[in-house]
Amino acid sequence: MSQRIDAKDLNIYYGSFLAVAGVNMSIAPRSVTALIGPSGCGKSTFLRTLNRMHEVIPGARVQGTVEIDGVDLYGAGVDPVAVRRQVGMVFQRPNPFPTMSIAENVLAGVRLNNKRINKSDANELVEASLRGANLWNEVKDRLDRPGSGLSGGQQQRLCIARAIAVRPQVLLMDEPCSALDPISTLAVEDLIAELKSEYTIVIVTHNMQQAARVSDRTGFFNLEATGKPGRLIEIDETATIFSSPREQATEDYISGRFG
Amino acid sequence: MATLEQVPDSTEALRRALTQVDPARKRKDVVMRVLVYLAFALAILPLVSLIWSVLVRGLGRFDGYFLLHSMRNVFGGMDAGGAYHAILGTVLITGWATLISVPIGLLVAIYLVEYGTGALARAVTFFVDVMTGIPSIVAGLFAFSLFYLLVGPDSRSGIVGAVALAVLMVPVVIRSSEEMLRLVPNELREASLALGVPKWLTIVRVVLRTAVAGLTTGVMIAIARVIGETAPLIITVGASNSINNNVFSGNMMTLPVFVYNQYGSGLVACTPGDASCIPTINYDRAWTAALTLILLVMLLNLVARGVSRLFSPKTRS
Amino acid sequence: MASPTLTSTPHPAAEPTPPGASRAKDRGMDRGFRYLSIASGVLILLVLAAVAAFLVVRALPALKAGDAISQDVGWIGAGQSLWTVIGPLVFGTVLAAIAALAMAVPVAIGIALFISHYAPRRLANGLGYLVDLLAAIPSVVYGLWGVMVLAPVLQPVWDFLVRWLGWIPLFAGDSNGNASNPPRVLLTAALVLAVMILPIITAVSREVFLQTPRLHEEAALALGATRWELVRMAVLPFARSGIVSAAMLGLGRALGETMAVLMVLSPGMLYSFKLLVASQQQTIAANIAAKFADANAMGVSALIATGLALFVITLVVNMAARAIVARRKDFSGAN
Repeated sequence: MSQRIDAKDLNIYYGSFLAVAGVNMSIAPRSVTALIGPSGCGKSTFLRTLNRMHEVIPGARVQGTVEIDGVDLYGAGVDPVAVRRQVGMVFQRPNPFPTMSIAENVLAGVRLNNKRINKSDANELVEASLRGANLWNEVKDRLDRPGSGLSGGQQQRLCIARAIAVRPQVLLMDEPCSALDPISTLAVEDLIAELKSEYTIVIVTHNMQQAARVSDRTGFFNLEATGKPGRLIEIDETATIFSSPREQATEDYISGRFG
Repeated sequence: MATLEQVPDSTEALRRALTQVDPARKRKDVVMRVLVYLAFALAILPLVSLIWSVLVRGLGRFDGYFLLHSMRNVFGGMDAGGAYHAILGTVLITGWATLISVPIGLLVAIYLVEYGTGALARAVTFFVDVMTGIPSIVAGLFAFSLFYLLVGPDSRSGIVGAVALAVLMVPVVIRSSEEMLRLVPNELREASLALGVPKWLTIVRVVLRTAVAGLTTGVMIAIARVIGETAPLIITVGASNSINNNVFSGNMMTLPVFVYNQYGSGLVACTPGDASCIPTINYDRAWTAALTLILLVMLLNLVARGVSRLFSPKTRS
Repeated sequence: MASPTLTSTPHPAAEPTPPGASRAKDRGMDRGFRYLSIASGVLILLVLAAVAAFLVVRALPALKAGDAISQDVGWIGAGQSLWTVIGPLVFGTVLAAIAALAMAVPVAIGIALFISHYAPRRLANGLGYLVDLLAAIPSVVYGLWGVMVLAPVLQPVWDFLVRWLGWIPLFAGDSNGNASNPPRVLLTAALVLAVMILPIITAVSREVFLQTPRLHEEAALALGATRWELVRMAVLPFARSGIVSAAMLGLGRALGETMAVLMVLSPGMLYSFKLLVASQQQTIAANIAAKFADANAMGVSALIATGLALFVITLVVNMAARAIVARRKDFSGAN
């Protein structure tokens, strides 16, 4: 299921503005990689280039390559629609479709490719995905109720269930806990630890304790000054980054926040 | 991925997964895209056709003579006659309609923005919305019935038409004025009230003065909306071939009714060989009057835009 | 904030008149202005009530006349009463409006989607303005264009419809199995109406489409949705009630529109579904405009009675549309 990701000499633009410059990063399969850094440093922008969501914004474009198992996502003939099916994404604010029930939300992505999925397969998939997202026990009695009736944390886990229901290669998470309370955050973090066995996960977070708790490797993005592009300062084992980073900027950022 | 096992090279399988979207989905996406573009083209088609026809068929007679002569003593296929009386009637009737509807509309807008609270304000808001939906012919029937009860059966005159148009104009004026008054920042009102200026003076001197450009624009757009109304004028004002500049008595011609009447007069049966008789003269005049009417509407819209650009408070201060 | 009339020391920037007199005058003016503006608000309600009241008063003679009315009113046949002619008129009005709506709504949704989700951002506003231009053209010009330019173009199309789809009652031909020539038939009039109501339906739908939460659009895209699937998953479900109220507003317009029907349609007074045959149906508005000039007192009364029916129908449709819009506002405000 899971694949390695290699970003090479990646420059990311909004129109003529260079937002992120020269990113080189390798992400191992079945691992959790956390991206940290101050606001506006380009970590979310970078994340969105990994499933070609970046180009949804008018004028946005990318130079360089992002390879999944050696296949360039930006190569000739690659379809962004197909890419997003292989690389799932969970957003900052939970976004279940308000007009769909919980079960329909889980199946939303699946139904795009397979209109005539039969009822028992569908039920199995809903249960498996919701179990995978640690949500099954909480919602199994109200699968036909609207997804917007759930709590914030439940909604976010529903979105994760929706993302894994299509069996992607990679799962991207853009600050998935920033809109959640501590208990829901804990539930999602536990889930990330479990999902690691099957998926390659990249998570952007503002919360350094969270990065330390959930990730195997951590990348630090920084911005020299406003108006300058953001850069990947360093990436290493999470333990190394938090105990003995190579760069002074990383050390400053981490100690400043921890202090 | 079902295909993953069958293909020995998993990179090749992934490449395939990344380049191929289910062709049926792709096709549907393309078909819908084409349909959406087509829908837009479908809307532009009548617009282009209509403007093209009006220009091609109307420009021929569009000259000073047409604009400055009435239809008095014009008959048959005579190469004569113009829309002066109709233009005059349209200007007079629309002018009166404006005179009636602007004060009412403005005051209602002031009520809604500056005073209105509670059930009355909600009722007014709701019924103003409902009023925008009154069919123009019903507005005509209303004005006719009103004057019938006031002055008797021979009430047909310009002012009745003006009342009908005013009924159609008032909600438009209220809506646009309300929007403009709400744009005036509350700080301005508070600053004025804090200086001890009474509320009514604050409204007149500060609020209205700040919003004057937007209010003017709104009124002009409202005029542009009703200046092409035909049906209520057929009922309330009738038609005439001569100049009548008294809105309080007698039938009047207006541009839209002129278009309708000229079209309704149809082809002229000319005696063969009569070079001075033009069979299509009535249609030609109808198209030229239509052109005049469209130009009038466009002019109002352009001036409205100009006013809002020239006199917006930002550029003045 | 304290009422300015309560301030004990008049500010120098206020009126230059003596303080005491100024305060009394201000209070009077304040009250007067306030009452004037409230009175205008009440006037609006009164006008609407008056429209209904005057129409009822003037319609009463015809309503009470029974089948004696046919002696006074030429267009009501012997033995018929007002009720038996209002029926076909209401039928014709609703049929024309629904036919127009059926043609306009899909196209308007397409245009609105084009502007909100398909066209390049830079062009979208300009193209939207182009559609709004359609609303600026006077109805009488639409009528003129419809009968003199559009109708001849449509003749072969209508013939084609009768030949191949004539087995559908709507597209049935006349006794010779043809579409009427000239095509002064209901479908031609409805097509002109459809063009006229396009701008309002488009404008309302466009607004709603543009309000689709970015969150839901991104959710659909991230699941690997194509543009159309994004529209199906995120945009249309969100906009459903907005589209309904847009269509209702369009319906209200189409029901009351006079000139296009008056100039295009060859009228009849039948309960007929034949859209491609002339002299079958007539609408209330066009009937009033056609008959009013030559009507006697009873005739006017009868026409006003039909106008009252039109007023009620459009009132109900518009109130329903507004109520849907208002409920929608509450709903999105709560979120």
